[in-house]
Amino acid sequence: MAHLASLARISMTDDELDVMAGQLDVILGAVSRVQEVAAADIPPTSHPLPLTNVLRDDAPAPSLRPADALAAAPSAEEQRFRVPRILDEE
Amino acid sequence: MTAREICRLDATETARRIADRDVSAVEVAQAHLDRIAALDGDYNAFLHVDADGALAQAKRVDAGEVSGPLAGVPLALKDVIVTKGVPTTAGSRILEGWVPPYDATIVERMREAGIVVLGKTNMDEFAMGSSTEHSGYGPAHNPWGLDRTPGGSGGGSSAAVAGFLAPLAIGTDTGGSIRQPAAVTGTVGIKPTYGGVSRYGLIAFSSSLDQAGPCARTVLDAALLHEVIGGHDARDSTSIDAAVPHVVEAARSGDVTGMRIGVVKQFAGDGYQPGVSARFDEAVSTLAALGAEVVEVSCPHFDYALAAYYLIAPSEASSNLARYDAMRYGLRVGDDGEASAEAVMAATREAGFGAEVKRRIILGTYALSAGYYDAYYGQAQKVRTLIKRDFESAFEQVDVLVSPTTPTTAFKLGERVDDPLEMYLADLCTIPSNLYGGPAMSVPCGLSDDGLPVGFQVMAPVLADDRLYRVGAALEGALDTVALLDEAWARSTSQTSRA
Repeated sequence: MAHLASLARISMTDDELDVMAGQLDVILGAVSRVQEVAAADIPPTSHPLPLTNVLRDDAPAPSLRPADALAAAPSAEEQRFRVPRILDEE
Repeated sequence: MTAREICRLDATETARRIADRDVSAVEVAQAHLDRIAALDGDYNAFLHVDADGALAQAKRVDAGEVSGPLAGVPLALKDVIVTKGVPTTAGSRILEGWVPPYDATIVERMREAGIVVLGKTNMDEFAMGSSTEHSGYGPAHNPWGLDRTPGGSGGGSSAAVAGFLAPLAIGTDTGGSIRQPAAVTGTVGIKPTYGGVSRYGLIAFSSSLDQAGPCARTVLDAALLHEVIGGHDARDSTSIDAAVPHVVEAARSGDVTGMRIGVVKQFAGDGYQPGVSARFDEAVSTLAALGAEVVEVSCPHFDYALAAYYLIAPSEASSNLARYDAMRYGLRVGDDGEASAEAVMAATREAGFGAEVKRRIILGTYALSAGYYDAYYGQAQKVRTLIKRDFESAFEQVDVLVSPTTPTTAFKLGERVDDPLEMYLADLCTIPSNLYGGPAMSVPCGLSDDGLPVGFQVMAPVLADDRLYRVGAALEGALDTVALLDEAWARSTSQTSRA
């Protein structure tokens, strides 16, 4: 559970992890029914529409002004998003 | 007209009176804003009321700048649809205070049609839930009984329509979030064909399932709104490039003579409240009496739809919700100058997401992880194929499929919130259409023994949305279901006098 929470980037408390582990067991027990049907020769469906490579014309159009794009930023500096450090110190 | 008389009108009649200058669009907007102010303390249907925006749009209608069959009609917009300059949260604390820099396509289309958006409605966080109890801002309450859920995730929209706070609303439906709320509030809700209404500006939960659609008190009102918001949009690559089905014409006709109607065998029996089954069976008999041909149809893989859905939807959600990373917009927690970006992300997501959203992200992360992918996500996709085939073979025999919309009437707030699986059962009958991609409607078919509304579900083939409206209008006319809402009106009126 702690590994899954870390993959999902959620820093859950130990109590939260305990509760969720129990719930996940119950839910997985129910949804594993999908393993009872569908033989190997059944193709998967990922999407309801048979669309592929939908492209639009490469026409220039106005985009967001920097001030609008940054208006909701938790932190901004010099017309850029300011983010916490992304590299380890070593 | 008095404010009370104005709020009592359906959308079609409201638009006609405005066009005839019996009443102004500004008066109509103000009457609804006043009613929201008086009543929404009880319902908690709105997360944000945009009085200035609503009155400005109403003035444009009165000045003759916009016209159309719904010009001047107020609408309640689910908070999962982005609105430029108007706060949008999707029911989540992680987006509290976010003001989007752009409008969704359907918002643009409604503005051009003269529709007056009153505000943004309450919902389960990121549309994950069946009761609005997973909203980050407290649950919405059902006008039929304030201790009951108005359904979910679109419970704010259904409560607004049933409580006469707005004659129209927009919902979104990933596994039933338009239809189940409609069923438990005695209103009409439609999930259009997947790709029939643009998803541009719809905050994504599960991209292969999400679909926006209309909510209303009458079938014709819903059809008029459907034609406003439907149609191809180049900004949504999954939008279908085809004409909008003739839903208004179908809603005006309501002729089911010779129509072949298939009752889904799998959606009956144990687990269905007796009053729900009784009203459903009577409605089927009514359709037969109106000239439809009724047969029973077996869709054996529908029994596996719930399981497939609760793997596919959380898997897609775990990917879609990765964008809430505390970097570009929304909440940021723990940025003390020392903490790494990764630590800030994890602290923000812990603080900003509610329990159900975390549960689904973790479930999706598990189902997609190396070693489990084939057994869970991969297998669920195969079941999706089998369900699609069930629909396709059923539609070789019949024109539409029908079932109860939901196994029970509105349950009490608090009753299921601690039991995720029990909550998921509310969407048992609605999920198959999302997995298949076809359109489906919930239309009222009477009251159960407990005095609460029962929903009748109609499912149609891809791009045959008009058939839903034909069947819905037939039932609405024969059963006089619009009159059922007199009861909700009476209850809300007594609530008004109390407020």
